[in-house]
Amino acid sequence: MERHFDEELKDLNKEILKMGVLAQEAIFKSIEALKNRDKNQAQEVISSDRKIDELELVIDERCIDLIARHQPMAGDLRFITMSMKISTDLERIADLAVDISQRVLELSDKPLLKPLIDIPKLAVLSQEMLNDVITSFLNANADLAKKVILKDSEADSLRNLIQEELLNEYICKDRNCIPRAMPLLLIARHLERICDHATNIAEDVIYMVNAKVVKHHPEKLGNGM
Amino acid sequence: MDKFIRIKAEKINFYYGKTQALKNVSFDIYANQVTAIIGPSGCGKSTFIRIINRMHELIPNTRCEGKIIFDGEDICCDPAMDVVAVRRRIGMVFQKPNPFPKSIFENIAYGLKVNGIKDKHYIEEKVVDSLKKAALWDEVKERLHESALKLSGGQQQRLCIARALAVEPEVILFDEPCASLDPISTAKIEELILELKKEYTIIIVTHNMQQAARVSDRTAFFLLGEMIEMGDTQQIFTAPNDKRTEAYITGRFG
Repeated sequence: MERHFDEELKDLNKEILKMGVLAQEAIFKSIEALKNRDKNQAQEVISSDRKIDELELVIDERCIDLIARHQPMAGDLRFITMSMKISTDLERIADLAVDISQRVLELSDKPLLKPLIDIPKLAVLSQEMLNDVITSFLNANADLAKKVILKDSEADSLRNLIQEELLNEYICKDRNCIPRAMPLLLIARHLERICDHATNIAEDVIYMVNAKVVKHHPEKLGNGM
Repeated sequence: MDKFIRIKAEKINFYYGKTQALKNVSFDIYANQVTAIIGPSGCGKSTFIRIINRMHELIPNTRCEGKIIFDGEDICCDPAMDVVAVRRRIGMVFQKPNPFPKSIFENIAYGLKVNGIKDKHYIEEKVVDSLKKAALWDEVKERLHESALKLSGGQQQRLCIARALAVEPEVILFDEPCASLDPISTAKIEELILELKKEYTIIIVTHNMQQAARVSDRTAFFLLGEMIEMGDTQQIFTAPNDKRTEAYITGRFG
């Protein structure tokens, strides 16, 4: 039987996707701003963040309303409760894009310390993870969500690599480069945190689809999910 | 969006003999919305809804004061008002399905005939149209001349809704319409109510507050004959203003 409630669930789905797309755009623009040393683009990311913040509030209110009015059960309940959590992670991802943009502004009047090689790699990884996890949410695909979780260690390794290089090859050798090195180090951290949030979303998608809790229990990922 | 007030209750006081069952009840019912009335047993919700289409006049030794304004006229306590006309424009569906002991077709045709309609073709069209609107047509189209009493409880209730729709009401009152139905029939009636509100104004009395939460746009909470609080359903069920409303909807009493 078709339910009017299903329309409301579809609307919630659309709002999450909208937020996902905005978060993806924010990361993309912040990295383009870094590569092109574009202050205007960085500023645009910062000022667009408000829209994403408001969307989180809209989604929260809608989820609470759906729970109060419809007493959802089973899959519907998991979808609604996980949507609330996913919107929080998406909002944090957008905030991290803002943080990257702020680092870009800090770097904009200084010559680039070194060619950017590993940071763009980490940026691509974060964008892939976010894109895949949004797709996994859209298609209720737990297997794709699992792949996202498994990529997180790669993000950690890349961040460590960037950190070590900046610390050992630049900061330790010449303290004068700190104003140019620190923002890059922080950008790597921001990107790695984006990957962490994408991983959180993936864990929520797995619970939403399979009712399986893999959050804080990576050992459960392998078990016939 | 401008909301249009379809029915306005003004200071309704109602008495069964010396017992006051409703105390100064005033509120607005908006057009093309579902308004739910909830509250514990004996709070006056069924009494109130029956005043709206003057069903209270069937009960001896009652007294009603105040006004129910519908289309600019007081339909409640004005003795000069045509009761039959009121009940045609404001239909009612009761807790226990009450089809006539006639065929499915005749159940719906009856109201039309009693209103003086003789055109057979028109009556047939109206029967089909009402059954479709009540989401019953597909289940009964092959057996319109069978007894309505052979239908299941949920089907009988939808037949009663079709019967009410046939005389083209503007408002439909539901007094605990699903109380005697199974969960699937209940879900079908609730979906039907959500469709019907596009064309009609609906008031539903229910002791099932989750049902009120699911189907209504606005909810009024009654307690001991008084209307304690009324508001958007979303607000009532997430952040009611009155502690008594909160206590009732969280199951702390009632």
